[in-house]
Amino acid sequence: MHGLINRAIECFVRDTYGDACWDGVVRAAALDADRFEAMLRYDTALTWRVLDAITGTLGKSRDDVLEDIGTYLVSHPNTEALRRLLRFGGVGFVDFLHSLDELPDRARLAVDDLDLPQLELRECGDGKFVLNLRSELPGFGHVMMGVLRAMADDYGALVMLEYDGRCGGSENITISLVETAYAEGRSFHLGAQAG
Amino acid sequence: MKMQLEDAAAVLNVLCPMHVILSDDGTVLHSGATLQKLCHGRTLDGSQFFKVFDLRRPRDMRSIADLRRAAGQKLHLQLREAPHTGLKGVAVPWAHGAVVNLSFGISILDAVRDHALTSADFAATDMTVEMLYLVEAKSAAMEASRKLNQRLQGARIAAEEQAFTDTLTGLKNRRALAHVLRRLSSGPTGFALMHLDLDFFKAVNDTLGHPAGDHVLQEVARILVEETRDSDTVSRVGGDEFVLVLPGRTEPARLDAIAHRIITRLQQPIPFEGQVCRISGSIGTSLSDHYDPPDPDRMMADADLALYASKRQGRARHSFFKPGDRAGAT
Repeated sequence: MHGLINRAIECFVRDTYGDACWDGVVRAAALDADRFEAMLRYDTALTWRVLDAITGTLGKSRDDVLEDIGTYLVSHPNTEALRRLLRFGGVGFVDFLHSLDELPDRARLAVDDLDLPQLELRECGDGKFVLNLRSELPGFGHVMMGVLRAMADDYGALVMLEYDGRCGGSENITISLVETAYAEGRSFHLGAQAG
Repeated sequence: MKMQLEDAAAVLNVLCPMHVILSDDGTVLHSGATLQKLCHGRTLDGSQFFKVFDLRRPRDMRSIADLRRAAGQKLHLQLREAPHTGLKGVAVPWAHGAVVNLSFGISILDAVRDHALTSADFAATDMTVEMLYLVEAKSAAMEASRKLNQRLQGARIAAEEQAFTDTLTGLKNRRALAHVLRRLSSGPTGFALMHLDLDFFKAVNDTLGHPAGDHVLQEVARILVEETRDSDTVSRVGGDEFVLVLPGRTEPARLDAIAHRIITRLQQPIPFEGQVCRISGSIGTSLSDHYDPPDPDRMMADADLALYASKRQGRARHSFFKPGDRAGAT
């Protein structure tokens, strides 16, 4: 597993529940080091051990934890860089949805050994979309639920999301767009603020 | 068919939102919306092209005729007013005037901030937004990389400080030696401490260079390890100074034999890249039996005195420190 993903999980726990909680996870998962390095690779089994330790520590289901991680990635001030990169995808939420097809390629432009699931958006009319994710690893669908929910907020769109389950290496999320300009949303300028 | 101004403008508005259509006297007849956005407040249409833009290269371009002659060439321009954004351009003759299409080039990072540009300000096929994305993505990745390097550097320094090994020879270092001496001093086993200083080593370094000197040190280390047991400690404590700690070895005759074997082997010529390095060694030894309890610092100092006695006797010697020597030595 790419260190960026493990590091994101670690930062989610630290920023949301505090360093003491993360220390508990490190002990529960019997990790060698107390932090992940974003630019190293780790055994995938380690990632699952950490996730199991988190669900055990927080008393939440794995799906909920994964969705919370997705929300955290877009909405926490410490991950502002990622939110900005996602906002480059489009001017409005629908543009953003259509840009998801390119997301794995965009990610590879930045970090060439980061493999994200293949994403494909189908437009079903009446503001309904189905996002299909293909990956050898289960769980990305729930992370994506969190990302989509937070990005909808970011754009000020009102949406309903439904996770349609996993079949083989494929997961579907149904997105129903209720209103594109429901709230004001957060601002986004192409030029980064501070140089 | 001659293209009318409105037709041309309609096409260019979509394809090139940073274009200007100029009349034969350099008046702006029409300009793209993004270019207009750069000229905060002032209306571009109707103004004089050469008064708004400073044509930096090619030099001495003052008229539409000059522009038409430079058709197809890359132009370097700058806004005459602050923030003096740099621009790239290319001109094409049009009617009796010209069409000039502009872009930001490398000034794009400042330009999006200075002019509050959005994705909608660029043509749908323009790669600028992708480039901005890439710049941010790379900066974020570089930042992660930089932090990793910083931590690795910190870890390396910490590891070196805690290391017990001399990196050049693979022998123990001064830190490790202190550790061993502390342990032995508080234990029941007697031990000998031999202080070896190489003779003529500086000459090797000076005449044959540092690589030869390093090679000699590695050879010396090999000899010392071969002439001692696994339970002995061989350490390099200075440039050409070594300390051997031999637990359970306190009979002077045995120690003298070991010391002389070492000195004899050190005097064998050491070949290095076609040259021959010749060194020798002097040794001073102190025995823990002479102290109650053994004090590592005193034993080191006394072995040192014995070493200098060996040197004074003409090098390649071995001497024991005997209680009573200290008073006369100072």
